[in-house]
Amino acid sequence: MSDIILEPTADAPGPDVELTPAQEATAKLKELHPNVLSDDTREGYEGMIVYADSITEVAKTLRDDLGFNYLSSVTGVDLIEEGKMEVVYHFYSIDRGGGPVVLKAQVNRDEPVLPSLVSIFPGADFQEREAYDMYGFNFLGHPDLRRILTWDGFAGHPLRKDWKEPFFEEEFKPYGSRWPDGQVFRVEEKTPYGKNVQYPPGWAPTGEEYDIETDVYLGLTYSRDATPGLKTDKVTVNLGPQHPSTHGVFRMVVTLDGETIVDLKPVVGYLHRNHEKIGERNTFIMNMPYTDRLDYLSSMSNNLGYALAVEKLFDLTVPERAEWIRILMVELTRIANHLWALGFLLNDLGALQTPMLYYYLERELIVDFFEAASGSRMMCNYMRFSGVAYDLPDDVRGMPTMKFLEELIYNNLPRAIDQGDDLMTGNEIVRARAIGVGVLTPEDAIAMSTAGPVLRASGVPYDIRRAEPYSYYDHLDFDVAVRYNGDIYDRYLIRVDEMRQSLRILQQVLPYLKQTEGAPIFGDKPQYAQRAPRSGESYGRVENPKGELGYYVTAKRRSGNPERYHVRAPSFINLTALGPMAKGHKVADVVAILGSIDIVLGEVDR
Amino acid sequence: MYGFGIVKGLGVVINHFIGSYIDDLRWAGKGGRYYNEEAFNVRQSPLGEGVKTVFYPEEKLSTPERFRFVPFLVTDDPPPGQRWGHDWCTACGICVKVCPAQCIWIERAKQPNGRPKSQPEKFFIDIDMCMNCGLCAEFCPFDAIKMDHDYELASYDRSTAHIHDKERLSKPLSYWREISPKKAEAEDIARKWAEAAKTKKRDKDGEGREDRIAEVAARQLYYKGLYY
Repeated sequence: MSDIILEPTADAPGPDVELTPAQEATAKLKELHPNVLSDDTREGYEGMIVYADSITEVAKTLRDDLGFNYLSSVTGVDLIEEGKMEVVYHFYSIDRGGGPVVLKAQVNRDEPVLPSLVSIFPGADFQEREAYDMYGFNFLGHPDLRRILTWDGFAGHPLRKDWKEPFFEEEFKPYGSRWPDGQVFRVEEKTPYGKNVQYPPGWAPTGEEYDIETDVYLGLTYSRDATPGLKTDKVTVNLGPQHPSTHGVFRMVVTLDGETIVDLKPVVGYLHRNHEKIGERNTFIMNMPYTDRLDYLSSMSNNLGYALAVEKLFDLTVPERAEWIRILMVELTRIANHLWALGFLLNDLGALQTPMLYYYLERELIVDFFEAASGSRMMCNYMRFSGVAYDLPDDVRGMPTMKFLEELIYNNLPRAIDQGDDLMTGNEIVRARAIGVGVLTPEDAIAMSTAGPVLRASGVPYDIRRAEPYSYYDHLDFDVAVRYNGDIYDRYLIRVDEMRQSLRILQQVLPYLKQTEGAPIFGDKPQYAQRAPRSGESYGRVENPKGELGYYVTAKRRSGNPERYHVRAPSFINLTALGPMAKGHKVADVVAILGSIDIVLGEVDR
Repeated sequence: MYGFGIVKGLGVVINHFIGSYIDDLRWAGKGGRYYNEEAFNVRQSPLGEGVKTVFYPEEKLSTPERFRFVPFLVTDDPPPGQRWGHDWCTACGICVKVCPAQCIWIERAKQPNGRPKSQPEKFFIDIDMCMNCGLCAEFCPFDAIKMDHDYELASYDRSTAHIHDKERLSKPLSYWREISPKKAEAEDIARKWAEAAKTKKRDKDGEGREDRIAEVAARQLYYKGLYY
């Protein structure tokens, strides 16, 4: 393509370029804590290595003095060759936007102890528990350090590099047993009892091993009834894991005083398959279809996040048409996801099926388009490094593609959104159930690292498409939807707003798609085995329909597999806010509050 | 006014209710709304109105060309009187190396002297593990493995029926042309190009290399669906 359609952005770096907020904060942080910080000098790495015991003071300075008040991601990395493990923190500034301040705390591999950040950033709660579960970090001062994704009593920490699954074949795919002398077998023939478990040698169960569920109940608050008169007991109830209201296999352990929630703890991990360990066994391209299975309602966006992270690592560029197609796909995904989310939220509120199926009719057209373009309705596997897998199809459901898209974007989707508005927004029952219920204040929303619609419905206008634009979002005209009350009703309304903004974006994208017809859709020759051209790390994040989806990928030079592959899953971290939001409300409201967070268990459990 | 929101919402429902009858009437003179291919196609497009139910299995949604469900192996159309045509697969193993679930097993055939022969002796796909991602078909350099459109694979016994062997997987080229005509045609053209490029190289030793590279790149574009 020779004709350039886009002007280069105005703020090209000049000689006297201003420091980005992250660089500025990094410099100031080094001034304030000179003794405990050092630059991360490994090739391809960014950020600073912090003396592990001082992480709380540094984090406090970042939050209070430098405005980096949003702890997006906390994850572990096993550096087995150096005998160390490190925790990687990504801090962002809600007010100033831009890139992250990355801190790394390294600890001894045999004795991984470091202070917890939960007291400063409550959003670190689940992520530290995950790091404890997967790597065995002992976070001192964490109020409730239990396993979260695997079950209590699980042997070992699965993401450590020396941990092996029950049927361990090889460290990396592709496995040698498949070719050139492949003799078919099934894994279940090779594990005891055909199950994916391993038993210690000589292990004979006594029955007591199964009594390991007490920890979750001990963590719950049992405050004494201080009111005079009738003394009542608190009751602990399990909502789920098999319950229509939990949107999957998800359990909420609640303590009730009558019908009022005193305390709530989510129990997750029923769908856990160790996505990240699989990802570290896979080659880079093999991970692409696996990302579809995270948030299976918005696989296109998941693909994009991973593609961005790997493109950053590989220094690949994306041709223009591919970028427009990507935006088209992810914005359609956002609408499809929100239609689904609203349908289920209303379902949870008691508007059984009718609104959901009306929304679903239009979502159906979007997945039809995905099917025609990528070959699959939900597991799209559509993005590739430096492009997309296929160009747009010729026709969709017997209609030329561009006409189909126009029909969809100018006609069907706006009509569906307006119709949903008429159907439900003014409904007195919905208003009575939703207004003022499950309130999340802006301070809490930021502190608990919530993202996406949950954060923005609490009055925090933070959208990665604006704060740290990727793809061509800085060329597009749209508003960041924001609502200020932070209750269920606002989380309902913000999704309607976001769909309208997505339509605005799509209307701008269509002319570019027409203009670039026939242009290349990928940069380099596609290869089945791409190797990292350099060692290093990269963090790609996108504004998924459910919030910030981040991929932390590290690799060694010439390696075909990621060394570390971490997914910052928005649904998982948004769940941190569920307990505080639900406190003081009735059982029936909890169902609606959960629905308003909009979780997908494929992503929560990973 | 309290209750107005509910009434307004009910209006939407009544609209849908009446709309479904209006659409019935619209198709009444044209062979009815159901079991009528023309009506069915309109119903499934953005122009469709009224009830959108598909009466599966009597009615089925058409599958687009790129639809992918469990791979199959392409063979030549069998000569008259024979059941199988020549395999296109050369047992190069690229599909195995790219398969995310590692569900493909290939045993490469051997010549009598023990050297490898570019032909599969056995070929298995465990469809329980296959995640229908389509990467094998995308990266196969010989167009030998393609994604099928047959999604009705239910069976009574998982342990015996779900490992597909070469016999089960092989389907003639005519089948591929039938389910995916445009793509098959584009691949035909690309193959002819590549063939021409090969002979060119043979003719003039060392010359025409750049042409060949350009043509291979173009061929890759065909695979990516740029020209169809």
